[in-house]
Amino acid sequence: MEHGILLSGGGDVDFMIHGVFQYSFFGHTVWITTTHVCVFIVMLILIVFAFAAKRCMAKASETPGSFQNVVELIVEKLDGMVDVSMEASAPKYYNYIGTVFIFILVSNISGLFGLRPPTADYGVTLPLALITFLLIRINKWKYQKPLTIWEDYCSPLPKWLPIWVPINVISNLAVPVSLSLRLFANVLSGTAMMALVYGLLGWFATLWPAALHVYFDLFSGAIQTYVFCMLTMTYVANEIGDGTRR
Amino acid sequence: MDFNENFILGCSAIGAGLAVIAGIGPGIGQGIAAGHAAAAVGRNPGAQSQIRTMMLLGQAVAETTGLYGLLIAFLLLFLKPLLP
Repeated sequence: MEHGILLSGGGDVDFMIHGVFQYSFFGHTVWITTTHVCVFIVMLILIVFAFAAKRCMAKASETPGSFQNVVELIVEKLDGMVDVSMEASAPKYYNYIGTVFIFILVSNISGLFGLRPPTADYGVTLPLALITFLLIRINKWKYQKPLTIWEDYCSPLPKWLPIWVPINVISNLAVPVSLSLRLFANVLSGTAMMALVYGLLGWFATLWPAALHVYFDLFSGAIQTYVFCMLTMTYVANEIGDGTRR
Repeated sequence: MDFNENFILGCSAIGAGLAVIAGIGPGIGQGIAAGHAAAAVGRNPGAQSQIRTMMLLGQAVAETTGLYGLLIAFLLLFLKPLLP
């Protein structure tokens, strides 16, 4: 049912994930998809950049050159962002938040370079959100007393009346779902929109879709990256509290 | 009772159209956020950059519910889960 895709000429509209090749993994058929390929390309770009930055910083000078300036700027801005929202416990999270920020940002922007953004696959965003979920859980048990956690679970009611526990559990489980779906749906909607513009308008879609690229890939991608990292930091900082261990 | 495929596809399209009505809510919410941010900047122009960050953050979070609707529409249109 090809005509089901859209009303007219839908044959060119294509933003789905495709299998590149398949192999057998313990009896299951497993596909290497375009997402894997794009993730590897993004990783390759980041690794090359990291090695270049490392080589540059090894012979860093007092008066920085252009590339050293860029690297220092990136690190300073990312660390500043973590500092603002996590305060005392920030130094422990510089590395993780910085890595996730750069990875998601480059993934979102890779739509500009003709890749299918890896973050437009739920299989990429869900693990990222699950890492956040694990961080929240671990920090909760690390920094809060069991009695406080129980009181949290019964939250609007007193602690001897645990009627609200199931609802609080569900609201906890909703965190990774909403985090991952937000990122996924934003990037997917941008990808789908660009595919519709290029697929349905044909020759008419020359030059002016650049403006759409600026909005869907650059602006939306950057905002969603920031939101993901910001929410991760806020949730974790909430659990850490004033940083005294139990 | 069985329906033919075209009927199911048509109903899926109607369902997709209904699902994106969810965009109304975030639209109103983002408008309110932007309006209040403008009022806040008017009252305290010094805090403009902080207010902008907070507004964008709140709007991006509020956008999520609309995107759920969009996701349902995409599922109905492109994955066609209702077809037998």
